[in-house]
Amino acid sequence: MNPDASTIAAGAPIEVDLSPIAEGQDIKVFWRGKPIYISHRTKKQIDEARAVNVASLPDPQTDEARVKSGHEQWLVVIGICTHLGCIPIAHEGNYDGFFCPCHGSQYDSSGRIRQGPAPLNLPVPPYQFVSDTKIQIG
Amino acid sequence: MSGPSDYQPSNPALQWIERRLPIFGLMHSSFVAYPTPRNLNYWWTFGAILSFMLGMQILTGVILAMHYTPNADLAFKSVELIVRDVNYGWLLRNMHAVGASMFFVAVYVHMFRGLYYGSYKEPREVLWILGVIIYLLMMATGFMGYVLPWGQMSFWGATVITNLFSAFPSVGESIVTLLWGGYSVGNPTLNRFFSLHYLLPFVIAGVVVLHVWALHVAGQNNPDGVEPKTEKDTVPFTPHATIKDMFGVACFMLLYAWFIFYMPNYLGDADNYIPANPGVTPPHIVPEWYYLPFYAILRSIPDKLAGVIAMFGAIIILCFLPWLDSAKTKSSKYRPLAKQFFWIFVAVCILLGYLGAQPPEGIYVVAGRVLTFCYFAYFLIVLPLLARIEKPRPVPNSISDAVLAKTGSRSTPMVSTAIVLALAGSLLAGSIDSAKASEGSDTPPGNKWSFSGPFGTFDRAALQRGLKVYKEVCSSCHGLSYVAFRNLAEAGGPGYSVAQASAFASEYKVKDGPNDAGDMFERPGRPADYFPSPFPNEQAARAANGGAAPPDLSLITKARSYKRGFPWFIFDLFTQYQEQGPDYVTALLQGYEEKVPEGVTIPDGSYYNRYFPGHAIKMPKPLSDGQVTFDDGSPATVAQYAKDVTTFLMWTAEPHMEARKRLGFQVFVFLIIFVGLMYFTKKKVWADSH
Repeated sequence: MNPDASTIAAGAPIEVDLSPIAEGQDIKVFWRGKPIYISHRTKKQIDEARAVNVASLPDPQTDEARVKSGHEQWLVVIGICTHLGCIPIAHEGNYDGFFCPCHGSQYDSSGRIRQGPAPLNLPVPPYQFVSDTKIQIG
Repeated sequence: MSGPSDYQPSNPALQWIERRLPIFGLMHSSFVAYPTPRNLNYWWTFGAILSFMLGMQILTGVILAMHYTPNADLAFKSVELIVRDVNYGWLLRNMHAVGASMFFVAVYVHMFRGLYYGSYKEPREVLWILGVIIYLLMMATGFMGYVLPWGQMSFWGATVITNLFSAFPSVGESIVTLLWGGYSVGNPTLNRFFSLHYLLPFVIAGVVVLHVWALHVAGQNNPDGVEPKTEKDTVPFTPHATIKDMFGVACFMLLYAWFIFYMPNYLGDADNYIPANPGVTPPHIVPEWYYLPFYAILRSIPDKLAGVIAMFGAIIILCFLPWLDSAKTKSSKYRPLAKQFFWIFVAVCILLGYLGAQPPEGIYVVAGRVLTFCYFAYFLIVLPLLARIEKPRPVPNSISDAVLAKTGSRSTPMVSTAIVLALAGSLLAGSIDSAKASEGSDTPPGNKWSFSGPFGTFDRAALQRGLKVYKEVCSSCHGLSYVAFRNLAEAGGPGYSVAQASAFASEYKVKDGPNDAGDMFERPGRPADYFPSPFPNEQAARAANGGAAPPDLSLITKARSYKRGFPWFIFDLFTQYQEQGPDYVTALLQGYEEKVPEGVTIPDGSYYNRYFPGHAIKMPKPLSDGQVTFDDGSPATVAQYAKDVTTFLMWTAEPHMEARKRLGFQVFVFLIIFVGLMYFTKKKVWADSH
């Protein structure tokens, strides 16, 4: 009953070109049937994410731990609400991040849970930078 | 109770079998000679009603499975083809979908009856627990069945429910992967759900056999809760119980048919007429009504794991009921306090169900928490406490005493009535509050439609005019991909002849191929072809329309709705109001306003529409006066266009609506006569027993 070979093969890593994404924009790509948000964060968004007192968060994690150093402007998260799996909407809610329309969870510009029933931050998928404008997810 | 039967068939062939397999004796002692308490009321016919419903679900389900395709790309379409093209497919599908709801209506009555009359008490504990197992299996089956049409609510319901299991520490993620068969809900999930949905009803049937077996060992409970002692306390199952059950089933069929023929979509969700899209979450995910109380419990607990445990606990706790309630008196008829609390508990369950359908915000969250506490308090505090402090009234010596005395000094449960009324009042007040709060998009005004009501038919001229509006205006952006040209000549449609439909089809260019050279080519349309879509795929449609793909219109009047709210959704049950979709579509087409009201900002490339949720719609004002000329001299106004094209789209959404309502009338005439005959037969059979 575990995933079959073709499903696993279709879940191989994908490469995404970041050059067309302007600052303040984000795109949604699908990997393993899951939506992945890639946000090109503005200076303001980065500063907001870093100004937070980490200990006060429901799921404490620094912004530095959630992005790759040297590429702070890029946030890559799996866009599945950790509450019950809906897809949050980008650029909504009170924290300049994501808002889940199902049960009202709100995530900040680092994808961390700030308000609502979700227990955890939006997970960061495994990825690395192949070049400055290209990442490989998986 | 059912001792060894001394039944002997008279036919020698049957005798031959009976000596080798005593099956006729078993049937005879279980369903003919079986002694049943003579004081059973109509609440006891729900066992038979449930057996009938299980049979119906299996029968219709097996036939539906012959036409259904369990594939993520084809499932939605195959269900539409069942409804449109399979002979009486619309009837099969309505019977099966409504049947699931009716099955749960009956099982809830059956369970509350057991609760009220103490049917879970010694010696019927195993019987009760088997019932809880059946209920759990029903919930699993119902959930997986709801996923199969692969609409938006199917997909997102499946996502939310399967994610519940991820709450369990360490094993959670593996369980979810096993359920999905992949990395998210997708084709493998649909396939395994289809397989299990086909399997589980037979498992239910197996447990039902055990349930009935346990029932026939312990004997039926009865409204007075005293065990039968002598012959005088019982009557033989056949004909007494048989005829009474048949009368009960016939009455229940009236309710069932009301939904099948007149309100098939009342119990469903409009979003499920939109094909599943893993990239778009519906704004408000609601499970089927029968899970709503448990969904409300889940959401009222702020912690994810605790919420999941509370939700499952709310069902599992029923298994422990025989030991939580240790009162010796079975029937609440003789327990003045338990009776009051029972009705309060019923009200709590109904209110939890109402809350489960509301958005989790403001007063609903608080009310949900209070009611969740009440739900568990009933089992964990009230029932154990009552068993110790309550002084029950004396029970009759025997069933025949009870029947003769007619202990019918019915005292109205004053306290509980007051509480139920107060709860209903606060519910009403709360919903008015929330209606005020959500004054953002206006409620579409009601219209007079020729197709509404039990005898509604389509206005042929309006359908023809609507087709013209679609062809000349809407079709440049919106597809109509589930409608074929041949449908235009079918009964109950716009009333064109076959030749007219062919001529209409030949005006279209349809892509066909590959030919012998391997190339695709274009040819004139044939009646069997479907309306061609204006864009080759969704991405092209999205790119050409500023990021918002124009939806296919085949099902639009069933896929759009607006919130009716309390108490309208209750009145709708009786008035057969089913026209939310058409009312919304026609209002939207006329809802464009040049002047944007203050306080509303409309982004560039969007237009203000009064009735569109959020008001900012990407579609520019599609209709203007004089745009389409009608041959029959109808006014060339936006109001007329909107009404005609909505009528046409109602027909495309349900081409067999006229057949549905016509057959419904015939079924009702038959059922009413049948119920009457059953009633008088039952009266005759029971004449000496009351």
